[in-house]
Amino acid sequence: MPEQIIHTHELPNGLTVVIEPMSDVQSAAFCFLIPGGSAFDPASHGGTAAVLTDWIIRGAGDLDSRDLSNALDNLGVQRNESTGLNHLAFTAATLGANVPAALSLYADIIRRPQLPDEEFEGAIAGIEQSLRAIEDEPQRKLMIELRRRCYDAPWGLPTEGTLEEIARITANSVRAHYDRCLRPNGAILGIAGRVEIPEMLDLIGDKFGDWAMKPDSSMVTGPRGERIGHINHDSTQTHIGIGYDAIEYAHPDYYKAWAAVGVLSGGMSARLFTEVRERRGLCYSVNASLNSLKHEGRVLCYAGTTVERAQETLDVTLRELQRLGDGIESHELERCKARAKSSLIMQQESTPSRATSIARDWHFLKRVQTLDDIRRDIDELTVAGVLDYVHQHPARDFTVLTIGPNALKVP
Amino acid sequence: MTFHQTKLANGLVVIAELNPAVHSVALGFFVRTGSRDETAAVSGVSHFLEHMVFKGSEKYSTGDVNRIFDEVGAINNAATGEEGTLFYCAVLPEYLPQVFELFANILRPALRQEDFGMEKKVILEEIGMYDDQPSFTAYENLMQTHFAGHPLGQSVLGSKESITALSCDQMRAYHRDRYLAGNFTLAIAGNSAWSQIVSLAEQHCGHWPSGTCGRATHEAKPSGGLKVITRPKSQQEHIMQMTPAPSAQNHLRFAAEILSVIVGDHSGSRLFWELVDPGLAEAADLDFSEYDGSGSYLTYLSCEPEAVSENLARIQAIYADVNLHGIRDEELDQAKNKVASRVVLRSERPMGRLSSLGGNWVYRQEYRSVDDDLTTLRGITSRDVRELLDAYPLGATTTVAVGPLESLS
Repeated sequence: MPEQIIHTHELPNGLTVVIEPMSDVQSAAFCFLIPGGSAFDPASHGGTAAVLTDWIIRGAGDLDSRDLSNALDNLGVQRNESTGLNHLAFTAATLGANVPAALSLYADIIRRPQLPDEEFEGAIAGIEQSLRAIEDEPQRKLMIELRRRCYDAPWGLPTEGTLEEIARITANSVRAHYDRCLRPNGAILGIAGRVEIPEMLDLIGDKFGDWAMKPDSSMVTGPRGERIGHINHDSTQTHIGIGYDAIEYAHPDYYKAWAAVGVLSGGMSARLFTEVRERRGLCYSVNASLNSLKHEGRVLCYAGTTVERAQETLDVTLRELQRLGDGIESHELERCKARAKSSLIMQQESTPSRATSIARDWHFLKRVQTLDDIRRDIDELTVAGVLDYVHQHPARDFTVLTIGPNALKVP
Repeated sequence: MTFHQTKLANGLVVIAELNPAVHSVALGFFVRTGSRDETAAVSGVSHFLEHMVFKGSEKYSTGDVNRIFDEVGAINNAATGEEGTLFYCAVLPEYLPQVFELFANILRPALRQEDFGMEKKVILEEIGMYDDQPSFTAYENLMQTHFAGHPLGQSVLGSKESITALSCDQMRAYHRDRYLAGNFTLAIAGNSAWSQIVSLAEQHCGHWPSGTCGRATHEAKPSGGLKVITRPKSQQEHIMQMTPAPSAQNHLRFAAEILSVIVGDHSGSRLFWELVDPGLAEAADLDFSEYDGSGSYLTYLSCEPEAVSENLARIQAIYADVNLHGIRDEELDQAKNKVASRVVLRSERPMGRLSSLGGNWVYRQEYRSVDDDLTTLRGITSRDVRELLDAYPLGATTTVAVGPLESLS
């Protein structure tokens, strides 16, 4: 692996810039995380940050919505805006040579959005349409509702809110959210690809150096939903969601937790795929993944199956999750390690995945792990260590939510 | 990047685009067989066979196959469409010999009766899963309605009935007739050595039975139609429309590709500004698909049921305007900038190059480098788009709706 250079710089106003130059590519990408995500939505106004995410790109600086979009397209920017719990996330990828001009446009979007009245209805209607579409897709609906039952509010709440909440949101309440929450302190800009560090730092200092800090925003907390539940839906399949306690990304045992889930669901030879799909033919889709907030984590599982085999699918899946504590074979762990190392190396071929990784690392860890750091942590994993983690965090006290024609018996 | 090609004595074509600057290598076995090559009696067999390949060979059990791919950290999968079945993976270069041998071996699968029965259940679950995704239901029905009477109208997944009735012997016969060396293109992109590739191909594929398969590729002449699938409890209406476009062998396909970006890209396009930006629709896109001998423009609209008529009228007005007046130069320049950046970003990963490398060969027996693609893109003029629209205007020959509506005016 070629040596990685990762440069970190914090502006006096608290904006952290993390840059990873990559010499073998023409492209560059950035991932800009700005405080003000959905966890800071006002009470009963879920979806406020999501509306802002849509509205904020509808005109900025001197450019109206259409001119701004055209300018980004002409720079070849492949972009995405999304609402996270903590941040609004802006990702962009294009030729390295176009990144300075693209970043200048994002300085306007983030610091000088027009938030024009005439564009507000379009932003609201877009979120409403998206919420309606989720009602027609039971698998997506399931995972959103499962989170609500796995984490306390605001962490488990859907980032787009609900149709009732969206109806309460006004242009001024969204502008107030922008004024209250979006700020440089706590913002993270990850850049990876064909860029020069001094040129980037000069530009960022120029565009963001005089952005004024703001105090911490408050959030509204509340309890999580019922642990066991069923939602009626006249779907073809019964969709099963399961959650149980794990640990967060910053926890010293994180890679042990990651390996434990890897043994369950890390590849085609992993246990859930083997036992539920290959040996019994119960599902097309069955998986588990580690989901992390800053302060806690959960394992979230999904299985979709026809109605008459749903009970067996739930029973078999739960049994596999619980059985992990009985023992792990060394070859199971070795396969997880091999997959991890290969995907780390392949990450170096993608500027968007590197930009996102380094920004996310800074958010969770306040440092960036090099690929060598991660490889060392992976190499050091042992079966005894992973099993010890599983015994400390056993799969039990399951949260179970199903969507389909009939409820299931949850043991 | 360097390009290499050869043909083994049994007819298997091997092509490679090698690049020492990347970290991985991608390998793809492109089989020229899909749902259009099936008879009604075996509807869904191509896709089912793709699953069965991973159930192993005489040498490797199902467990071995899954284990070995994971042991070398491969990112692997397979896909079946109307005209092709693709088996692919990306690995670190040192593991290429191992996954090559494995893939080549399981492409002569054992097709054990017991595995066949178990995997049949999984295929039926897959059909059930897609049934819960309204846009997929719309697509499946659109293809069947638009291409009715033409092989492209045949379902990739098959139906619950056709899969239930399919026998292992029928699948064995299909494999024997279609998985012939001359029906394969083996494509490799990324960090590897040509001499190693040739020797791996000769060693592991040289004994495959020779032969090729024909395929009727007459251009579809859809007569059009309307199909409404009512789901009273749904919230949104999903509409798909299809109309003829250039085929994979037609030089107008480049203009069709850029036209779909100008008119129907997910952002910054005419459909976006007219329907999505003001919040009138959740999605409104235009895609271009090229097939062997035929092509199609696919329009997708997702919106509230009450808004369907007005939104369809808006789309038709945009299409009528484009058909009559063509496109503006600044729209063309902007779309070129968008597409050029996509081409470059995609090309930075071997897995991103693989589909274009294999696709160009399977359909046209030609190699096109990233620079070739960028040169062609820069050369497209509004006159080319005019020529395209005269031959293949935008429209709505066939319409399918899935959602609460009982009828469509």
